Amino acid sequence: MSTAVDMPRFVRAQQVEALPPPNLARGPVAWVRENLFSGPFNTLLTLVVFYLLYISVPPLAKFLVIDAVWSGSDRAACRADMGGSETGACWAFIWEKLNYFTYGSYTVSERWRVDIFFALLAVGVGWLLWLKAPRRDLGAVYFFWLFPVASYILLTGGNADFSGGFWLGFLIFGALLIAVFALMAAILKTSLRPALIVGGGIVGFIGITLALMDMDFGLQHVPTSLWGGVLVTLLVATVGIVFSLPFGILLALGRRSKLPIVRMASVIFIEFVRGVPLITVLIMANTMLPLFLPGDITVDRLLRPLIGTALFSSAYMAEVVRGGLQAMPKGQYEGAMSLGLNYPQMMILIILPQALRIVIPGIVNTFIGLFKDTSLVAIVGIFDVVKTIEASRIDPNWAAPTIGLTGYAFAALFYFIFCFGMSRYSLGVERRLAAGQKR
Amino acid sequence: MQTVVSQTSPPKKSFLYDPKVRGIFYQVLLIAIVGYLFYMAATNAAENLQRAKIASGFGFLNNTAGFDISQALIPFSAAGSTYGDAFVVGLLNTLIVSAIGIFFTTILGFIIGIARLSKNWMVAKVAMIYVETLRNIPLLVQLLFWYIAVLGPLPQPRNSLEMGAGFFLNSRGLFMARPIFAPDAWMLPAVLLIGLVGAFLYRRWAKTQQERTGRQSPVGLVTLGLVLGLPILTWIVLALVGANPISFEVPRKGTFNLTGGMQILPEFVALLLGLTTYTAAFIAEVVRAGILAVSKGQTEAAGSLGLKPGQTLRLVVIPQAMRVIIPPLTSQYLNLTKNSSLAVAIGYPDLVQVFMGTVLNQTGQAIEVVVITMGVYLTISLVTSALMNIYNRRVAIVER
Repeated sequence: MSTAVDMPRFVRAQQVEALPPPNLARGPVAWVRENLFSGPFNTLLTLVVFYLLYISVPPLAKFLVIDAVWSGSDRAACRADMGGSETGACWAFIWEKLNYFTYGSYTVSERWRVDIFFALLAVGVGWLLWLKAPRRDLGAVYFFWLFPVASYILLTGGNADFSGGFWLGFLIFGALLIAVFALMAAILKTSLRPALIVGGGIVGFIGITLALMDMDFGLQHVPTSLWGGVLVTLLVATVGIVFSLPFGILLALGRRSKLPIVRMASVIFIEFVRGVPLITVLIMANTMLPLFLPGDITVDRLLRPLIGTALFSSAYMAEVVRGGLQAMPKGQYEGAMSLGLNYPQMMILIILPQALRIVIPGIVNTFIGLFKDTSLVAIVGIFDVVKTIEASRIDPNWAAPTIGLTGYAFAALFYFIFCFGMSRYSLGVERRLAAGQKR
Repeated sequence: MQTVVSQTSPPKKSFLYDPKVRGIFYQVLLIAIVGYLFYMAATNAAENLQRAKIASGFGFLNNTAGFDISQALIPFSAAGSTYGDAFVVGLLNTLIVSAIGIFFTTILGFIIGIARLSKNWMVAKVAMIYVETLRNIPLLVQLLFWYIAVLGPLPQPRNSLEMGAGFFLNSRGLFMARPIFAPDAWMLPAVLLIGLVGAFLYRRWAKTQQERTGRQSPVGLVTLGLVLGLPILTWIVLALVGANPISFEVPRKGTFNLTGGMQILPEFVALLLGLTTYTAAFIAEVVRAGILAVSKGQTEAAGSLGLKPGQTLRLVVIPQAMRVIIPPLTSQYLNLTKNSSLAVAIGYPDLVQVFMGTVLNQTGQAIEVVVITMGVYLTISLVTSALMNIYNRRVAIVER
């Protein structure tokens, strides 16, 4: 009898090298089969989409790039009867008018001030939106106080020239406010010092702001009727966000308040504004604001739609913030109360920092909506990007058949870049916040 | 002992620490501020209006309008119609463009939303690009673009494009045959109503029948017959009798213009295109989110019960997705209605353009006009959200 060792082996001792998968199961061909032609219906769909692309993309590319006119100094370049080409976009027109689209009719020698405004805005937005930036609390102070005041001085030239009576009134108001605080401290039998510090702080803060606006920096005054283009679009959007975030937070807190009248007032305001189109709010600001103010006070033409958009967006912001407040677990409120914090302390120190953090994507989305909506100020005659394009479109120097479409293509590109960038940012934050929730 | 008791008794504190007192104080303060603002606004407005010699009150609605409107669904003329009529014309124009826009945008939005979830890479990517592009460009720019794109290539009226069947196209719009209703035409909607009620009753009967016996009835065919067949049959019978309920007035080509027929303004087409394509991008996202919200286990469970894919979609996935889809879908419909006010930018005579534009400029009665216009939009919004709340309460998942 032979042992097992001597027996001939029928099984391989070494593994045979695996064959490569068949060509049809990997690589681009397989991918195409899997994703585009996996069945008769799918194939049909792909072909339909290919046909749609075939009829839409080549003409678009031809118009925007291939046949486009890139250089030229007047309409001749974009008119077939004057030796130009009119089958493609007239980018020469955009290039020629780019300064107008950016600054409007802003005094040419003073445009560096607008550039500084753009830079300051970029710094503020970057500081607040970059989640790892240092000292974001200082960033908030910068963006919601220093930056608006600086922009006001830069863009208008400052030197608001308040009258002596105005300052006297302010002094009386300040003294009264401090007195009220001191009186409260006396009634509550608490120490006088913190009351005086808070009261004096508020009065001093407002006073410094007003003094800065009043100060003469030697800048030439540029009336708002000259402002235009990207400057106005960004300005309306920025004022909207700077105003709507604090006001929206107040409205949201009001809507969640236990006090019935405060709650009702907030609900009425929010639902009213959300129920009407922005354009009616803008027309209302334009026609009714002058009526509601005393006859001798005139409101700047640019300020009216600014107030309109700011009020409009704060109602939407309030709903976003309310979502964040409602998402806070009750334990956070109870924990804060059990530590002995009062309402403002609880909100400022515990609830709002967490609630606002989780609604950053919502805030950015509201801001995208606000940014797109700024284009509506063109309808009430403010020279934003759309309106400057509308105005240049009818410039006889550039009378050519493709000018209108080129202008709107440029506007679309401008808004798309900003809005798409913001939506990507908001998606990124959302993903980051979601990562924190994962276990 | 005595000292301990005295220590546990509540310390005396100022009434200003009482949350109730504080609450009342804050609310009184709010009322005072708001009341003061309203009072100031009212007195200033009264003074300013008096100085500008502008009348107040709603009497102006009965004054003669004195301007023409390019699209009016009710008879409207500059000489014979009032501002009140202009209001109705504007409101109807807003409502009709919103209604038609909602119809088309729903179809387009659902197609694109489902396309974004398609397993076909090409289809999904194209749908994504559509959504991202349309959502990130302001509606106003899109409207202006459509207006130029639609209006640009159209010929002058004298060179109207003839498209057959009474359709003409030129820079003043699309002209087509206008239906003229004979006195007997009321029978058609009446028959349609009968058909609808019949179909509804038949469906209920078929459902109980199936639940009791398991037998299925040809519901689709019968519904089609009742809703479409019955009115068509009535029409044919009436026509044979000699009382044709609807005849058509075909537009005739004159030297300079077309006369007769029905005209669809290019502004209307541009507004409709802009609103439809823009809102569809948002609806697509709503639909996508709704379908993704139905968990995969539902589909698998339906499959394990032996339902076919079509039945799974119709009976399991869509009813649950609709619960998630409908509330945001309604708010998109509201957005479309509110956005139709952008018509003012391209000159379509909607409520804002006619009433807040022309009428406001002619009468100067800003307060009344703004209040009426905002009231209309507010009513539409509030009624819709009230209906939405009722619906939500009905479909909400009942939890134990």
